[in-house]
Amino acid sequence: MASGIRDKVAIVGMGCSRFGERWDAGPEDLMLEAVSEALADAGVERDRIGAAWLGVFFDEQSVGKSALPLSQALRLPNVPVTRVENLCATGTEALRGAVYAVAAGACDIALALGVEKLKDTGYAGLPERTKGTFEDLYLPGSTAPGSFAQLASAYAARHGHSMHDLKRAMAHVSWKSHENGSRNPKAHLRNRVTIEQVLNAPTISYPLGVYDCCGVSDGAACAIVTTPAIARELGKRDVVMVKALQLAPSNGVEAGHSSWDGSHTLTSRLAAQRAYQEAGVRDPRAEISLMEVHDCFSITELVLMEDLGLSDAGRAVHDVLDGRYDREGRIPCQVDGGLKCFGHPIGATGLRMAYEIYLQLLGRAGERQLRAPTLGLTHNLGGIPNRNIASVALFGLAAA
Amino acid sequence: MGSRGITSVGTYVPRSRLKRSTIANATAWANPAAARATGACAVCNWDEDSITLAVAAAGACVAPEQRLQVDAVWLASTTLPFADRDNAVVVAQALALREDVRTLTSGGSRRGATSALLAALESAASRPGAQLVVASDRRAAKPGSDQELKYGHAAAAVCVGQGALLAEFLGSASLAADLVDQYRASGASFDYALEERWVRDEGFLKLVPRAIGAALASAGIGASDVSLLAFAGPSAVARRIAQAAGLSSAQSALAERLEESCGDTGAAHPLLLLALALEQCKTGQIVLLVGFGQGVDAIVLRASAASSQLAKQRPLQHQLDGGVDEPHYLRHLSNSALVEIDWGMRAERDNRTAHSVAWRRRDEIGAFVGGRCRECGTVQFPRARVCVNPDCRATDTLEPHPLAHSRGRVKSFTEDWLAFTPRPPLIYGNVELEGGGNLMMEMTDVEPGELAVGTSVRMAMRIKDLDRTRGFRRYFWKAAPVAARGS
Repeated sequence: MASGIRDKVAIVGMGCSRFGERWDAGPEDLMLEAVSEALADAGVERDRIGAAWLGVFFDEQSVGKSALPLSQALRLPNVPVTRVENLCATGTEALRGAVYAVAAGACDIALALGVEKLKDTGYAGLPERTKGTFEDLYLPGSTAPGSFAQLASAYAARHGHSMHDLKRAMAHVSWKSHENGSRNPKAHLRNRVTIEQVLNAPTISYPLGVYDCCGVSDGAACAIVTTPAIARELGKRDVVMVKALQLAPSNGVEAGHSSWDGSHTLTSRLAAQRAYQEAGVRDPRAEISLMEVHDCFSITELVLMEDLGLSDAGRAVHDVLDGRYDREGRIPCQVDGGLKCFGHPIGATGLRMAYEIYLQLLGRAGERQLRAPTLGLTHNLGGIPNRNIASVALFGLAAA
Repeated sequence: MGSRGITSVGTYVPRSRLKRSTIANATAWANPAAARATGACAVCNWDEDSITLAVAAAGACVAPEQRLQVDAVWLASTTLPFADRDNAVVVAQALALREDVRTLTSGGSRRGATSALLAALESAASRPGAQLVVASDRRAAKPGSDQELKYGHAAAAVCVGQGALLAEFLGSASLAADLVDQYRASGASFDYALEERWVRDEGFLKLVPRAIGAALASAGIGASDVSLLAFAGPSAVARRIAQAAGLSSAQSALAERLEESCGDTGAAHPLLLLALALEQCKTGQIVLLVGFGQGVDAIVLRASAASSQLAKQRPLQHQLDGGVDEPHYLRHLSNSALVEIDWGMRAERDNRTAHSVAWRRRDEIGAFVGGRCRECGTVQFPRARVCVNPDCRATDTLEPHPLAHSRGRVKSFTEDWLAFTPRPPLIYGNVELEGGGNLMMEMTDVEPGELAVGTSVRMAMRIKDLDRTRGFRRYFWKAAPVAARGS
């Protein structure tokens, strides 16, 4: 039995660029914005980085393929750089590479960086892309909102909710994230909205309206990880430790087998169970202080509350409306605004989530600081509900 | 030699009906005659063409379990999408016919279907298998034209052979005459039609009775014995022809019925009329089928007892009675590529087809054949190397399993206004097929608000994507609500 990653690797520095429609910035600017903050935070020189992981999803856009964009932007001293891509779980995948390298003893200090430059397409929404030479022959020309919107129809049917009630709960999800995003100076969307505004917005993909969809943003986020011993050498008193890092990709069951009914994300359930086990979490509802989940769309966040084991089956609608996941609720969710309002530069998103957990655990979250959080969860869902990659990570403070 | 004739028929009339009053509302300012037109034209969705129409009609004509008995396909149309790519082979593949099937395309003539039918009937004398004759047309007409008011889109198919017959072939006559009543130059989009009165007097009324007389003589039948005239031309002319040829009683009912509820369907029209005739006639009655276009084919058939089943079910009449009103004239023009809507940058997506992939996976893509695991029985699409059942996952155990005839159930769906489609919104969802198989499918012939989780769907081969850069189009199966036929 593998011993897992729990308490083997420390995060000693993090950085995150301002997210948004960064007409002013190319990928190089975004990367440097995040890395500079992280290096200063960690108090380490750039040349102490032994290896780096670069996460980029849309390499068709201006970032490009391979290790080179990061190696060149930072003028790294020819240390190994690995480019990773796992759809919307790309940022967490980059972190996983860096963390495993440190745990393996392959290097002392590793850097994980995710970056995405989406706003150079000339149109709204995500860039168009091929699904594959065979897949294009039979799969619908679907979009991300259309693929996730289907969760709503299946979830409502499965649990006997009217679309009216479900839409209200989804509106609460988005309303809450706008409230949170308004307190975040780095967030893409800082405006507050009303429930009525959300409900009356133009439809993108039924039943999702504009406010049910996250921002399409430019941005970068970065983590510097090392061993607990080096973290202490660097003078860190409170140290954020990686408690679990789990990844679960679909194997085709959801898309092609009758056992999946379309109302949940199967891989999120598997990744969460494994992460709780790796971190030694027995009762996630009691132990998790805050979470950043993959709220690409309001309905995604809502069903994730059940997939992560935090709401009972069919009850997320009520828990959301009861404010359980609001800032003041039992388990605050997306206190930084989430994908919805902080924004969703795909390759950076997993690391952006870790950034917020890191700040909160260290008490450095400013206006949005929660009271004494001890354990934070991040979750990504790359792909679409019937074909995806879920990641769940847990972070906590080192036992002193 | 045993008797030979028609062994089965099948038709397909697209779901949308464009009322002639809708056309008149948009065009009567330019063409006042439109204001007097009544009835409706059956019109294609954006994703239908002469190939998909033909597949739908042929699928209704030949039951899945009889497909392997078909040894020839004759495809007649004046509007086939490919000038060089055997359209009939695309149809044969979609129907999952045998690899050694013979295909022949009869193009460039509104009389192509009757000529193909005659050739098939003659060939049936020496061939034991079933021969599929399918005719389809999706003719375009300029806005404001008389053709726009007259034309409809449809397909019809018949199987020809020996044995149990719906109608026995008794005799025929043909006549070739280069009377240019209308024409369409190669590469042109629209027909050029000459004065109707000249066509009637010099064409229909002089040529058709001669061919009829010769056909009746070859069949040894008297004119007064003909019960039904299936004449592919105007109903008003049908009455005059019946008089001139000495046929009995009112003879314009079939033509009138199609004019009113579907329009003139070009190359498909003779077989569509024949299908309607066989639904209406009694055992032993004589049907006279006449195709017209640079000449005449006249074919004499006698309804057999088996046609009484068709008369009971009347599938074509249900299709004609069904249909859904298309209230948007401009949407019809867009569906027909007669007006170019600005779809924005998302429509710039490159739909280049990897033909080597399409060939490698031809039965999956071309005929919607999935796989069934011989270990666990799980049906699945696509047909991967390893079984998708999480409790099985056996390797190389999937055997071909047809899915094109399956009914399905909607598991989840959306109406997507962001995705590009020539007919927004793009409606798609996860579908579970009866008998197994799960996949995300595009939906067609459905309006926003009509779908629900649990909606029953059927499979329809349609255009999936148009590649405007390279002039190619690719096909795949879509899910259409079962109830949406309007029946």
